[in-house]
Amino acid sequence: MIYLNEELCKGCFLCVNVCPKNVYTPSDVINHKGVKVPIFDVDKCIKCRLCTLMCPDQAIDIEDDD
Amino acid sequence: MVEVTEHSHRFMKYLRPERLPHLFCPGCGNGVVMNTIFNGLEMSGKSFDNLNMVSGIGCSSRIPGYVKCDSLHTTHGRALAFATGLKISNPHRDVIVVTGDGDASAIGGNHLIHAARRNIDLTVICINNDIYGMTGGQISPTSPKGSFATTAPYGATDKPFNIAQIARASGASYVAKYTTAQPLQLSMAIKDGLNNKGFSLIEAVSQCPTYYGRKNKIRTPVEMIKWFEENTIPIEQAESMSEEELEGKIVTGVYVNNPRTEFVEALDKIIKQQSDINPDDNIKKAYMSD
Amino acid sequence: MADEHYFLQGNEACALGAIAAGCRFFAGYPITPSTEIAEIMSQRLPKLGGHFVQMEDELSALGAIIGASWGGQKVVTATSGPGMSLMQENIGYATMTETPIVIINMQRGSPSTGQPTRSAQADMMQARWGSHGDYENITLAPASVQECFDYVIKAFNLAEEYRCPVLVLADEIVGHMREKVTIPEKVEIVPRKAPEKTDGVYLPYDAPEDGVSPMPAFGDGFNMHVTGLTHDKRGYPSTDDPQTHIDLVNRLCNKILSKRNEMAMIETEFLDDADTIVLAYGIPSRSALTAVKQARQKGQKVGYIKLGIVWPFPEETLLELTKNAKRIIVPELNLGQVFLEVDRVLGKHAKVELVSKIGGVLHTPKEILDKIMEE
Repeated sequence: MIYLNEELCKGCFLCVNVCPKNVYTPSDVINHKGVKVPIFDVDKCIKCRLCTLMCPDQAIDIEDDD
Repeated sequence: MVEVTEHSHRFMKYLRPERLPHLFCPGCGNGVVMNTIFNGLEMSGKSFDNLNMVSGIGCSSRIPGYVKCDSLHTTHGRALAFATGLKISNPHRDVIVVTGDGDASAIGGNHLIHAARRNIDLTVICINNDIYGMTGGQISPTSPKGSFATTAPYGATDKPFNIAQIARASGASYVAKYTTAQPLQLSMAIKDGLNNKGFSLIEAVSQCPTYYGRKNKIRTPVEMIKWFEENTIPIEQAESMSEEELEGKIVTGVYVNNPRTEFVEALDKIIKQQSDINPDDNIKKAYMSD
Repeated sequence: MADEHYFLQGNEACALGAIAAGCRFFAGYPITPSTEIAEIMSQRLPKLGGHFVQMEDELSALGAIIGASWGGQKVVTATSGPGMSLMQENIGYATMTETPIVIINMQRGSPSTGQPTRSAQADMMQARWGSHGDYENITLAPASVQECFDYVIKAFNLAEEYRCPVLVLADEIVGHMREKVTIPEKVEIVPRKAPEKTDGVYLPYDAPEDGVSPMPAFGDGFNMHVTGLTHDKRGYPSTDDPQTHIDLVNRLCNKILSKRNEMAMIETEFLDDADTIVLAYGIPSRSALTAVKQARQKGQKVGYIKLGIVWPFPEETLLELTKNAKRIIVPELNLGQVFLEVDRVLGKHAKVELVSKIGGVLHTPKEILDKIMEE
């Protein structure tokens, strides 16, 4: 699973750029802080966790499937 | 204040959630480098509980304030001086210094070369965004020639510093330089820096979309990362390139990895020659009443 | 072991005082006329398991001692005017972060490079106002080699008690002269107080009104954040809330100001019937006391007050001591610095007169005597 904490996301879209599998796409979804947050397709995720290293705002968590 | 759940970011356990979100602008590289610090720390096998952090003044120097460890947020340019005293007072603790390009190479340049010369066991993460972010986008000693800033409205005229080169020339025993487009390499370098018993400097070339990007028409964080990728040259390749060819390029890789006698160890060797007192007996001496 | 007697130089006595106080960390930068302190510390500290570091400048010297203080050490540096100027920013940092440090300033002729091998007391106002912002610190002024030893120990104790920078403002004469010094068998040492572990949120700056809180060392598990920014009781930056700043700055000042009479170190002679009082501090106090005795022999009703601690200025105590005086004479090796404070506090009931001397040579007793005899 991918968990995006919208309280922390500032909408920089670095996750969109770094993901080798194009899991994330920019969106016009605006959270309550007025920030455009990315949307993600969890099925494409290979759990490399590059996004968690690249996210400047510690807003993403990738959970292993058990 | 951010609520910590089981689905919080993997490094949230090292942070002070009551202080989040942090003050960095959207897409700022400081948050990326912060991740690589934790990643490198985990890879190094060092204990987070044994970590102290020290920083100077500037955006990047705010990082230690978000980390759940003892931290000194000092005066502009002087982080390495404070860290020197802190390290000597208890050499068993690991000290990471977070500093910026202005902090480390302009106002604090003298402390950088002397800390490197001493080879004191500090791991310095120098986050270089080529601009003064906290004060609103003024020119820095690392700003590329021709780049624009609020105090260089007609473009920078000077040859920029390569901080990694300065550290190497000054005697640092481990120096590496990578960009935030290389978070895995950065993490590895931080790991190696932490495991080097001596002065380690990891220069993290980082994006400031708000000021550097805006002033230099690289408007988004993603564009800045792409700009890094396009202008990065591995150090091995750079060796055969001319100065003209390297202008404006970011030369990344391990600049030096040459362990040598560490400063506090050298001091303690003298203590052992001169007295029967174990220097460890003096740790926390201020709390002793004898 | 009984008290021991030595024939020492002032700088030497300062170094020995620091060691006696439990200091095992010195960082400094060489500057005349204080260099012997660094030299002696470099020689003695390794023999005691302690550390000496010669830094690249005075800015880093102060940085290093503040860092080591948070590491759990009692720390000292020694300098003179030009170095003192470079230390000012980090003096403010130590004040704001409540870091105990001791700075010894062997004053020399100034401004700028001035007279490196000559004496002055021209940094007295810098000691008080040198760093930016509203703040108070503690400044002691030794007048003898014995006082170099005693006052440096006192400085360490005050630094721990009040958690602030403590300045020892001696001068080239005191630093370089040699006198008999008694080193007592046991000296009183104030150890640092560590906070108690708490299960709840630890508030490192939750100090009582006009007081200080205990200070943990890095590594004690309190996860301190120490910053020079205006901070709340948790130690976190809080730069926009006016009340946080008001409370913090007022406490930092009042913790010292409110104890100005309690901590005062005042010596007096012949005050009972005195209508004229010579009020001195530091090395001119020795010429002053001789002058007062000579004036007494001539039948003058003249008394003597010596301040050991100049800042904070013990206003109320001095008002009481001088309430019957008509004249206060202040000899200083400058163009009038502490004189201004004396005039502010005592000038309403007595005429305050300055005996200024610069150039590097101490007042002769006659110069002060002549002033006493003027009226």
